[in-house]
Amino acid sequence: MKIFVPIKRVVDYNVKIRVKSDGSAVELANVKMSINPFDEIAIEEAVRLKESGKASEIIVVTIGPEKAQEQIRTAMAIGADRGILVKTDAPIDLGGVEPLGVAKTLKALIEKEKPDLVIMGKQSIDDDSNQSGQMLAALLGWAQGTFASKLDIDGDKITVTREVDGGLETLELSSPAIITTDLRLNEPRYAKLPDIMKAKKKQLDIIEPSELGVDYTARLEIINVSEPEQRSAGIKVASVDALIDKLKNEAKVI
Amino acid sequence: MSILIVAEHDNTNIKSATLSTIGAAMQIGGDIDILVAGSNCDEAASAAAQIAGISKIIKADAPHLEHQSAEELAPIIVDLASNYSHILTPATTFGKNILPRAAALLDVQQISDIISVESPDTFKRPVYAGNAIATVRSSDSIKLITVRTTTFDAPNASGGNASVEDYSVGKALNLSKFVKQEFSVSERPELTSAKIVVSGGRGVGSKENFKIIEALADKLGAAIGASRAAVDAEFVPNDYQVGQTGKIVAPDLYIAIGISGAIQHLAGMKDSKVIVAINKDEDAPIFSIADYGLVADLFDVVPELEGKL
Repeated sequence: MKIFVPIKRVVDYNVKIRVKSDGSAVELANVKMSINPFDEIAIEEAVRLKESGKASEIIVVTIGPEKAQEQIRTAMAIGADRGILVKTDAPIDLGGVEPLGVAKTLKALIEKEKPDLVIMGKQSIDDDSNQSGQMLAALLGWAQGTFASKLDIDGDKITVTREVDGGLETLELSSPAIITTDLRLNEPRYAKLPDIMKAKKKQLDIIEPSELGVDYTARLEIINVSEPEQRSAGIKVASVDALIDKLKNEAKVI
Repeated sequence: MSILIVAEHDNTNIKSATLSTIGAAMQIGGDIDILVAGSNCDEAASAAAQIAGISKIIKADAPHLEHQSAEELAPIIVDLASNYSHILTPATTFGKNILPRAAALLDVQQISDIISVESPDTFKRPVYAGNAIATVRSSDSIKLITVRTTTFDAPNASGGNASVEDYSVGKALNLSKFVKQEFSVSERPELTSAKIVVSGGRGVGSKENFKIIEALADKLGAAIGASRAAVDAEFVPNDYQVGQTGKIVAPDLYIAIGISGAIQHLAGMKDSKVIVAINKDEDAPIFSIADYGLVADLFDVVPELEGKL
């Protein structure tokens, strides 16, 4: 079984982001970039399937700038076999490469590579859209198992447990299928130094969007990016009695 | 303009998230229809017809729609789309699952999780876990939108008298098969629409200790929430999680107990009207957004608070 793992280069989740003063975008210069956390979970899941003998090859793919090779190399150090970078200078967080463009790109690659399963993050922590996996499933006419917290593969049978608002839902999907990962699917490992060295020798192809017949003209024009309204700190109360008094007589919420 | 709302329902009742989504549609303006797709969903369709301000209910009733899978629902939305300028669903796991699938089939770039309507084609949405707000204008001929339900007022669930029209449902695609669901059953209010939410974090320490959170919640008639850390540690089930990737809540009162206040958690609750934080670490980030902070051992003060209310 061949597994396709699309990943994204995003601002590291520990970074406190800053909006540019002209309101055009979020400042990305000299900011630490990492693999989107949900995509790390996707890589880990694919590697575990390979370790258990269920997968034969893991292909990791990303859309982004030249530097996004760093994220592909990290994925290879964790266990991906080869990588594809669809190189673009369009912004990948806002106002450039959008989920629909991502889905079209991935569809074109999947028609070439013919994987049996796609595992990808449910959303990226920059634009928070939560769309690409569902869109890709639509364009391919495949089944989708979104927000997965458990995945079982048994031959052709794909069983996925999804985290939904009411609790958990379990589905059986026809193959091939798209899985999007939620937080509790697994705990990703860290890449080890020897594996980081080995990853440098793995195959990484760089292609242009035009080779796939896609372009990244944004459908959603970014009019403005602003800081959210800040909530200021209130007061500290000294005791439970003081708290109850405030809630009853000042805030009037109980 | 005419707007289609894809209703979230359980075949009997319309979920409150659907009502807030209608609130967003009313700000866009125009005729509003509701699609109720399910199995034996007459009751849900009748309930939808009672909502004030709705023109028409489109009922798609077939056995294979019982669990409202994206694969089966998306083609119905696509089929109806040409009659509408906007198609809206709540930004819940239901809406997030189905709408992008329909959007891709329509070649439309969906707008996720809007928090305000600036004009019929321009909307505000949070990005970067709510640490920035983007104002976006869509150039697509149909706008497909998911709505952050906590930021829009719900219309009256009664007083309406919309007609109910039957939609002729096509054959099942059978791409996925429902196996089971494990839903938490609770007498408490629903987390996303509760007036008061009491949330516990890692500091609560164990599943057993969560009982003091439950006791306080029951005293206040509140829903129970949790941070990601508390869910990961299996103190409570996943559907309790409040945050960027869990549920977004904005109650009148949010009481955060033993929660340090990671950005990802704050993204899910910082629009609450009044925030109370109880934590023994006075430097915990949660205090920087709390209206009332109590620096104390939660095992002392939570039972005391419960006892004195």
